[in-house]
Amino acid sequence: MSWSANLAMTLPEIILSVGAMVLLIVGAWGREASTRAVSITSVFVLAGASLALTGPASTGGVAFDGLYYADAFAAFAKLLIFVAAAVAIVIAPRFFQQGAGENLRPEYPVLILLSAAGMGIMVSAGDLITLYMGLELQSLAAYVLASFMRRDNRSAEAGLKYFVLGALASGILLYGISLVYGFSASTDFRTIAAVYGEAAASGERNLGLLFGLVFVFAGLAFKISAVPFHMWTPDVYEGAPTPVTAFFASAPKVAAVALAVRVAVDAMGPALIEWRQIVIFAALASIILGAVAAIGQTSIKRLLAYSSINNIGFVLIGLAAGTAEGVAAVLFYLVVYVVMTLGSFIVVLQMRGSDGLPVETLASMAGMSRTRPGLALAMAIFMFSLAGIPPLLGFNAKLAVFTAAVNAGLYPLAVAGIAASVIGAFYYIKIVKVMYFDDPAPAYAGKTPMVEGGLITASAIIVSPIGWVLLAPLGVWTAVAAQALF
Amino acid sequence: MNGFPILSVMLAVPALAAVACLYSTAERARWVALIATLINLGLGALLWINFDLSGEAAQWQFTEYAPIFGQFAWALGIDGFALMLIMLSVFLMPICIGASWRGITNRVPEYMALFLIVEVLMIGTFAAQDLLLFYVFFEAGLIPMYLIIGIWGGANRIYASYKFFLYTLLGSVLMLIAMIYMAVTAGTTSIPALMEYDFPAGVQTWLWLAFFASFAVKMPMWPVHTWLPDAHVQAPTAGSVILAGVLLKLGGYGFLRFSLPMFPEASAQFTWLIFLLSAIAVVYTSLVALVQSDMKKLIAYSSVAHMAIVTVGLFAWNQQGIEGAMIVMLSHGLVSGALFLCVGVIYDRLHTREIARYGGLAQNMPKYAVLFLFFTMASIGLPGTSGFVGELLSLMGAYQVSTWVALICTTGIILGAAYMLYLYRRVALGELKHNDVRAMPDIGKREMWLLAPIAAVVLWMGVYPESFMAPMRADAVTLLERIDRAKPVGDSRPTEPVAGAVAAQQQRIEAAENTDVAHGEAH
Repeated sequence: MSWSANLAMTLPEIILSVGAMVLLIVGAWGREASTRAVSITSVFVLAGASLALTGPASTGGVAFDGLYYADAFAAFAKLLIFVAAAVAIVIAPRFFQQGAGENLRPEYPVLILLSAAGMGIMVSAGDLITLYMGLELQSLAAYVLASFMRRDNRSAEAGLKYFVLGALASGILLYGISLVYGFSASTDFRTIAAVYGEAAASGERNLGLLFGLVFVFAGLAFKISAVPFHMWTPDVYEGAPTPVTAFFASAPKVAAVALAVRVAVDAMGPALIEWRQIVIFAALASIILGAVAAIGQTSIKRLLAYSSINNIGFVLIGLAAGTAEGVAAVLFYLVVYVVMTLGSFIVVLQMRGSDGLPVETLASMAGMSRTRPGLALAMAIFMFSLAGIPPLLGFNAKLAVFTAAVNAGLYPLAVAGIAASVIGAFYYIKIVKVMYFDDPAPAYAGKTPMVEGGLITASAIIVSPIGWVLLAPLGVWTAVAAQALF
Repeated sequence: MNGFPILSVMLAVPALAAVACLYSTAERARWVALIATLINLGLGALLWINFDLSGEAAQWQFTEYAPIFGQFAWALGIDGFALMLIMLSVFLMPICIGASWRGITNRVPEYMALFLIVEVLMIGTFAAQDLLLFYVFFEAGLIPMYLIIGIWGGANRIYASYKFFLYTLLGSVLMLIAMIYMAVTAGTTSIPALMEYDFPAGVQTWLWLAFFASFAVKMPMWPVHTWLPDAHVQAPTAGSVILAGVLLKLGGYGFLRFSLPMFPEASAQFTWLIFLLSAIAVVYTSLVALVQSDMKKLIAYSSVAHMAIVTVGLFAWNQQGIEGAMIVMLSHGLVSGALFLCVGVIYDRLHTREIARYGGLAQNMPKYAVLFLFFTMASIGLPGTSGFVGELLSLMGAYQVSTWVALICTTGIILGAAYMLYLYRRVALGELKHNDVRAMPDIGKREMWLLAPIAAVVLWMGVYPESFMAPMRADAVTLLERIDRAKPVGDSRPTEPVAGAVAAQQQRIEAAENTDVAHGEAH
């Protein structure tokens, strides 16, 4: 395959990398004054990268001799990632502007661009080396983002914690990769799959391959914050600046899940029986722990962190099915999850005390339905949707993963998962209770700016019954994307 | 009505009105809600008039089908059972709005919007012809009811709203998994198609239990009824009316629409369970009702007892039982709704539901006392009211399957008379002891307008139940044909007429008539 064809397939990442480097130089010379221009340009860079997905990047197939897959699956995940990244850039300026102790610097959008480039590589990885490269590029940018408020102790702590635990996870993953490589003599996903296939066919248990698989999945579980590798999530989410938290909860989650799906299906597909056990355990543990641990939280950001752990559990149920239908369900769930999560975090962004500083306590939301009815309505929609109550789209997402699980014959998993979702419903409706039933606390200061208000409205409309019109096209699209893996 | 999507319109009218309410002032929201519900009542009347009763009519009428939501379709359509329950919903809705006209003063636009959404969801549940669409409507009702109880409820409203929400959610999610299994196995989500699909008997057991978990909680059956008294007591008057009037019918409708026709073998297998729980419920909750000091709680427990009569009738496997159960559902919807309104009337005046605080209301509120007496009698099942028709048919049906259950449930009716009459005596009869009670004015025009229509329908259903039973007859026959293969053997075995015995009996009857005549002459 020609060099130019390879480059055409990786166009989105190239646009992002070049854009990030150019903007970095602009930022270095322009200092803080250039922040606005750099932010706006980076949104356009992301838009350009998304546009580039329409070309060979989504249909081209295999690039660089199997290192990189440019298929419909990758394109779907990338679009979601780029949109989430753009939202994270758009919502940042006001947060930093208003007395957060730190001004927004042009590095913020640049780091997000770099992270997005890393995520693009992650979801397109066709080789263990590409996988690791993308993962590290994404993570390194994310560590810096977590501690972006340099003078804020909690933010610094979040960055450090994220870095140390992330490095540990990378270590675990690398160890798994080395084992897989050692016993399959290849880093290429297809060759690895063939070796796993032979092992499965021969009936003998190859412990080396098995251990490699376990460590790879442990490392990936860290990145998607599935129980029992979730401990960093609440602390990092709480400490990081809210726009960064919104970013962490959306784009990198999508990338890590898509990566896990690709590794599971493409590289280790024949070892379905082996990894399914791990995924099922992680799924149920995430659902239950995410739900139970969230009940006692008093900070809305910590609560949403546990909610993301809980949601990852449902995503993993789709993966556990191990079928094209399951993968399509995972993608659909991710779309709905990203919309709900970004929406609720933008609502959290509007929570400011009379001194203009951000407030994060659940108690401050009391009686929000009277002081800020529109905001409370949107938040209530997100919460009911996260709880999976119809007719909101969160229900359809859960329906999709459970249908996949039932279709794959995993009845006990489906029953246990859905029963545990009721525990989760408890704390979601608790937020609604605080906003609607309790006596009003002092109203939040400031008005919602147009852009953020528009984003909240758009997300609320998407997850409301009006969003049902998206069900059929999204169903077709996710099915096509999932088929690319099988 | 050819081609006119009347069911979709009935869903759209309140939905649009709900949005309009949110952007209105309090006074305008009240009018918008009232007008929207009255329009729906009118549409409901059209629906009933145009419902084809002739023998060759299709089982499902007014069908709409649009497969636009990927995994499920926008499929609507009704049979006689659904028609009657939709009529009940649209009839009670304007009354609920009227009952909240003065009682609700804060956050009126939101209140009215939520009630309109409840109406959409109720009609949708009864009209849905797609399994998953049904679930969406069925389950979505949790959101508005949670908010109604939680925002406008009584002192202990938060506990009640949580309990209501989580209890019913836990029941329903298991049903969802069963539904997914059915959709995947049968390859269709169409309810009419699934009603013809035969699942293997072993699978039916599990599916039946999953559906039972949901419907038993909604119904509610003993011992999972405990959310109901809490929710009823804490909800605002109109909320109680809609809970008792329509939402409790979802469980019965579910048994009728899903459990029986889709899993006949499992239904036969578990008839004993239904009978056991129902028999316990009738006696136990009646006794509990007898000792209540809170009026709403008393009526709530009576609801559980009445719903147990419904389940007994539904699982009687014969025409009388099923039709009787439906009539009990309709009658209970009207009567208990009216009783909650009666409680609301005096609650609005004295702001207490404590039975002991009242007494002697017949003296200063005669019109109220008459209406209250009428609904009390209807609840007891006095002949001439709707309650009698339904309970008689249900128990007649049940007798053919299990004489013991029929016997126990009949004692429940006697107990029912006891607690209702006891309630009436303490509230309306006796001395006027308290001065504030003495000062209470009789019911006004608005309250009359709320109660009188219900009284008229209750009387209509009691005197000429045929109007209500005719649309359901063909559907009951279809259902029985479907489930006949699994019919359990009853323990009531009437003596087979042998040749000669019939003639002998005829002679005996004639002889008896002759003696009667003779007696008459002797007098």
